[in-house]
Parts: sequence; structure tokens; C-alpha cells
Amino acid sequence: MNLTVNGIAHEVQSAPLATLLDVLREELGITSPKAGCEQGGCGACTVLVDGQPRRSCLTAAGAIDGSEVTTVEGLGAPESLSPMQQAFTHHYAAQCGFCTSGMMLAAEAYVRGGGTDDPEAIQEALAGHVCRCTGYVKIVDAVAAVVRGDEFDLTVTAPSAGMTNIGGAQ
Amino acid sequence: MTQATEVLFPSSAEDAVAQFGDGAGVTVVAGGTIVVPEITHGRLAPTRALMLGGAGLDTIETDGDTVVVGAAAPVARLTELTETAPALAQCALNVGDGEIRAQATVGGNLCAGHGNDAPRGDLQGPFLALDATARSTGAGGERSEPLGDFLDARDGRLLLDVSFDKPASSAFASLDYPHTHEYTVLAVTGVRTTDGEIRLAATGLADHGRRLPSAEAAAGDPEAAGAAALDDVSLGDDALASAWYRSRALPVLVRRVLSELEEAS
Repeated sequence: MNLTVNGIAHEVQSAPLATLLDVLREELGITSPKAGCEQGGCGACTVLVDGQPRRSCLTAAGAIDGSEVTTVEGLGAPESLSPMQQAFTHHYAAQCGFCTSGMMLAAEAYVRGGGTDDPEAIQEALAGHVCRCTGYVKIVDAVAAVVRGDEFDLTVTAPSAGMTNIGGAQ
Repeated sequence: MTQATEVLFPSSAEDAVAQFGDGAGVTVVAGGTIVVPEITHGRLAPTRALMLGGAGLDTIETDGDTVVVGAAAPVARLTELTETAPALAQCALNVGDGEIRAQATVGGNLCAGHGNDAPRGDLQGPFLALDATARSTGAGGERSEPLGDFLDARDGRLLLDVSFDKPASSAFASLDYPHTHEYTVLAVTGVRTTDGEIRLAATGLADHGRRLPSAEAAAGDPEAAGAAALDDVSLGDDALASAWYRSRALPVLVRRVLSELEEAS
């Protein structure tokens, strides 16, 4: 089987019924997709397959032979973060970070697909993703900021629309 | 586990039918949303896996008033039928989330066995109410039959497509358990045919989805129809709700669907 992951072609040795999640993490050593529930309920393993967000834990590798896979490593590098990665940083949209890569890839597909900054539409696009730190407000803020084309100052954390009632910065 | 598995990649519907054969020992992998975790967690060790992804069977075609939905069509694509069969599209949007709906298939949903902790097969409701015909292959070759008959004896069959006639109107009501996926505890679909006949079906029952013939017979009186629906079903306890709770909710959903159908007519 052949997979192109973050622009690099790989000949995959795993069995066709191995999950894409296992291929990425165990065979290719790409550990940003997280093994959360491993039954499609949490969204932590979501990656882009030919540009579409897909649960890698539910995807048999053999079913996507020849596809292009993107993980957060493919969005940007530490010294050159993509707008989505910058937004998540500036808006403090990651707490423990476990859901973050899945959230960012689903959000990336949403933005590339012409999504708007409407919070309800963003919530719908991220509906399959659980953040057990419950940091949803800042995640939605970050995605909306990318849609708007905001510029991000990574030396400060942006106040959130949802923070006004706890004495946070206005 | 997977080393010993023979994995088949049919490239057409004809290939899929031939490779499925009589279905003995064959595990069908289409979207994979149900079967892949079963394999990953070692609850299922297929001897032969049939990967349906490249076999076609994923079209949705309308010929006059008849709609044919391929078994491998993603659940998400049922929203294309919002005008034709609103209840079907509404029910489809109630399944999982966008990523799951894009990957899961109509056939996989219809053929899903009852989950361990929650009912599965939400789409059985609207397709039963639409009096859909199931075309399948397996031992004895291809056959077409009412979906209800297919659901009663679907082991060893490969569903190819489901077809139905466009209804005059349709309505869907569900009781959902708040969760990331809004699990469906119980749901009722109603259809008014172009002849004015009312058909009702429910999912979230003890086994697969069922038509509600007693409720249909009393459809003119929603109160009576709601009560009669309890005679048509067998309800169970699971992680989402008790049979008692479902017995209280079912008449409400039947009444809600009938009143929606009334408003639409």
C-alpha cells in the first residue's frame, strides 16, 4: 500500500485492515493523531484524507490506498506555524492538547471548505470532537479568527468573548 | 490477527457480488465505522474481508418517482434527498457527526446489529416507513424483498441497494440522549403516500426497527395511535434508557409525527 503523508510518499507495510491511526503512529512514528476512544467517539485521531477530515481509528489502511494524508505536522512547522496553529496558540485554544490535533484538522477542512465565522456553524463542523478540558469557547474563537483572516501575536494570549464574566482581560 | 485475513478489493458491483458468494466467512468493510473498531479491539477476527470502497454501489439515483440508494452511499449524501423525503434526510443528519456521516454507509447503518449499549440502525426507521425494497445477494443469488423481511434474515446477505417511491410527505421525531453524538434513544418516522396511506416505523427498540401496524390503523386518532404503537414493539433496557422510559416516550413521538404529517397535508 502507498500513502502520501504530509507530502512524503511511503510504502506501507502494515496489514490492510490495520487502522490508519496505527499506521501513522506505530509504523511511521507520526504521533499527533491521538488514540483516544479508538471507536470513533472522540475525534482525537482525526486527520485529513484527500483533504477531508476522517477518523483514522475507523479507517482501514487498505481502504485508502493511494491517498494523501495530512496531520498537524503537515500544517506548519514550529518555526513557521500555519494560521490555524497560530490562532490556537494566540487564543489559548489548547489546554492539555490531547484533542488539539483533531480539532485543528477538522477546523482546517472547515475553513478550506469555505466555512464562515458563525459560531454555530463552527460548532457543527467540530461536533465530533470532544475536549475534556472543556475549552470549547476558545477553540471556536480561534477558528473564527482564522476565517476572518486575523493576524496573531503569539507573545500574548487573546482575551476570549467567553471570559468577560470571570474578570479576565476585556 | 490480520496476517491470516484474506482481503478482497472488488472494483465493481459484479466483482463484489462474485467475491461475496454465499457470504460464508465474509466480513464486509464499507465505511468501517462499526466493523473496524471490532477488529481493532479483537472482538472480530475476519477470515476474509470484502472492502467495498472501490466497488461502486454508492450512487443515489432518481427515476421518475422511484429513488434507488446504493448500499455504499455515505449517510451524509442522504441530505441530497431533503426535498424528496425530508424525514429520511432529517434522520440521516441525526446520525453521528459530519465526519462519521461522510464515512459511514447507508447499507452499514441498515445492517448494523443492535449495539452493546445503545441501539443502532437509525436509518431503518425512515426506510421502513417508506416501504423500501432491499436488493441483496448471497446464498441462492440475488433477491429483492421488503426491507422488513430483509432485516429479519440479513445474516449472510450483502445489501446492494434500497429503493422507495417518493412520498407525498414525511415526518421524523426522535428522543436523543445528549452526548457528542446525540445518541438516538427512540425515533419514529411517518410517511403519507401519494394515495393518502399513513405508514409509521420506529427504531430504538429491543431489536431492529419495526413498522407500527396497530398505530397505522389508528392513525386518524393520534392519541389512540400513540397508545396502539406499544402493541407493535418490544422495548428493551440499555445504557441510554429503560424500556419503561421508552414506553412513555413512544406514544409522544407517534403523536408528534402524526401531527406533523397533518400539518404537511
